[in-house]
Amino acid sequence: MNGDELLPALTQATGETVQMVFWSALLTLVLGLPLGVFLVTTDRGGLTPAPAVKAVLGGIVNVGRSLPFIVLMVAILPFTRLVTGTTIGTVAAIVPLTLGAVPFYARLVETALRGVEREVVEAAQAMGAGRARVVGRVMLPEALPGLVAGLTVTVVALIGYSAMAGAIGGGGLGDLAIRYGYQRFDTAVMVVTVVLLVVVVQVIQSLGDLLARRLSHR
Amino acid sequence: MIHVSGLRKVYGNGVVALDGVDLDVREGEIFGVLGQSGAGKSTLLRCVNLLERPTAGTVTVAGQELTALGRAELRRARQGIGMIHQHFALLSSRTVAANVAFPLEVAGLPRARRAARVRELLELVGLEGKASAYPAQLSGGQKQRVGIARALAAGPKVLLSDEATSALDPGTTQSILALLKRLNAELGLTILLITHEMHVIKGVCDSVAIMRDGRVAEAGTLADLVARPGSLLTREIFPLPEPAPPGTVTLTFAGSADEPVMSSLVRGFDVDVNVLGGSLEDLGGRPVGRLRVRMDGGDHAGALAYLRERGVIVEQAPPGAEGTVPVQARTITEEAR
Repeated sequence: MNGDELLPALTQATGETVQMVFWSALLTLVLGLPLGVFLVTTDRGGLTPAPAVKAVLGGIVNVGRSLPFIVLMVAILPFTRLVTGTTIGTVAAIVPLTLGAVPFYARLVETALRGVEREVVEAAQAMGAGRARVVGRVMLPEALPGLVAGLTVTVVALIGYSAMAGAIGGGGLGDLAIRYGYQRFDTAVMVVTVVLLVVVVQVIQSLGDLLARRLSHR
Repeated sequence: MIHVSGLRKVYGNGVVALDGVDLDVREGEIFGVLGQSGAGKSTLLRCVNLLERPTAGTVTVAGQELTALGRAELRRARQGIGMIHQHFALLSSRTVAANVAFPLEVAGLPRARRAARVRELLELVGLEGKASAYPAQLSGGQKQRVGIARALAAGPKVLLSDEATSALDPGTTQSILALLKRLNAELGLTILLITHEMHVIKGVCDSVAIMRDGRVAEAGTLADLVARPGSLLTREIFPLPEPAPPGTVTLTFAGSADEPVMSSLVRGFDVDVNVLGGSLEDLGGRPVGRLRVRMDGGDHAGALAYLRERGVIVEQAPPGAEGTVPVQARTITEEAR
C-alpha cells in the first residue's frame, strides 16, 4: 500500500473502529449498568434479596464472560441477523461486541457498588429513603468514580475485541492490520495501525482516569 | 417516647442477639445503653428504627408501633427518627450542605426552602463556613457535626446514636457530647445512645440500661441505680476490687457530702475505721462517693444502722474463710479496652 492509499484506508478503518466501539460502549452502559445494579440488589442482604434471581443473572453473566470473543461472535450470528437483518459488516459487529462487553461491565459495576459502605446505605434507609432513591441517589453517585473507571476499562477491551470484527466483515483498525500488515507483509501498515491503536487506548485511559479522579471526593 | 417490649432477635445462624429486651425511654431524656461488644446493644438500636427486623416483640416510637407498619408507612415514620453513626456515614460524593439536605429531599421539601433550612442547621452545629466542603476535607469531629445536622434536618423528636463518639479523640468526644446535651435541652430532643464507654454515660445520660448477653441486666435513672445496693452501674462507675474482701464494708454516699458522717461514726460508736480504697465521681452535677472500709471494735451493728439512717448505702461483704484472696473482677469498661 503506497502513501496515497494508506491515508484513506486508515481514515475509513478508524471511522469503523470508532463506530463499532462507540455504539457498543453506549449499549453496554445502558444494559450493563442495570444488570450490575441487579447483581448487587438481589444479593442476600441486598436491598431486594432474591437469591434465585441472583443465581440466574450471575450464571448468565458467567457464561457470557467464559466464551472467547471470536467464538461468541460466530455463535450468536442468528441473533445478530434477527437484530440487524445482516450477519456481516460494521453494524452487525456491534451486536456481538455489546453482548461480549455487557457481562464484563456488569461485573465491574457490581464491584464498584459493593465498594459503597454499608453504613452509608443504611443511613439513607434510616432517613426514610426508599429503594429507588437509595440506588439512584446514594449507591450510584457514591460509586460514580468506580463506574467511570470500569467503563474506561470496558472501552479499551472493546477496542481489543473490535480487532476480531474483521472476521465478519466489520472492518476497523485491527482488521486493516491483519489483512495488510500481516497477510500481505505490509510492515508500514502494521506499524501505523499499531501506533494508532496504542495512542487511542492511551488517550481513552488517560481521559477516563482524569474523569474518575475529578469525580472522586474521597 | 420509645417503648420496646419483649424484643428478640435471632440471626439465621442461630445466634441470639437479643433475648427478651424491654426498654422505656421517656420524652426529653438522654438514655444510654451500656455494654461490651457482643452484648446486643447495637442490634437493639438497629431494631428501634427497624434497620434490623426483630424476630419477636414490638417497638413503639412516639406512640406509633413501628413493628406493625407497612413499608411506605415505615419510611414516613423513619423521617421522624434521626440517627448518627460511629463512622459518620456521610455521602462522600456530596458537599456538607448537600449531605444535610438529603433527608429534606426525602421529605419532599422544595429546593428553595431546603437551602434556608440547611443554613440554619449548619449554624446550629457550628459549621457555618463548611457548607461547600466535602466530608473528606473535614476532621472527625466536624464530620460528626454534619451527621448530627443531617439527623436533625427533618425535625425528628428522637435521635438514635450508634457509638457516635467511639471513633473520636477524647477532646472531640467531649465537644460532641456537649452538643448532644445542648440539643437535648434546647430542642427537647429524646436521645437513645449506645456506647461501651462509661464516661459517655456519666457525662450526659439521665437514664441507663446495662446490657449483658442480649438482656438488660439493669435499667433506671442514674440517680436511682447509684442509690440501689449491689447495682452493676455503681460497680462500673467506682471500680473497687470485686468481690469485696471478707469482713469489709462498702459505703456509697449518694446524698449530701456536707455532713461529717465518718467522724460522727467514730466518735458515736467507738469503732476503728480503716479506709481501704475509694473514689469520687460527679454524676449529673452531684458528687457521689464510694468507699471501702474495715470497721473493728465498738458497736458494729449500731454503726451500720447509723450509716443507713444517714442515707449511706451499705454493702457488707460476707465474713468468709480466713485467708481467701479476693479476685479482681473486671468491669465492662475495662474489658472493652
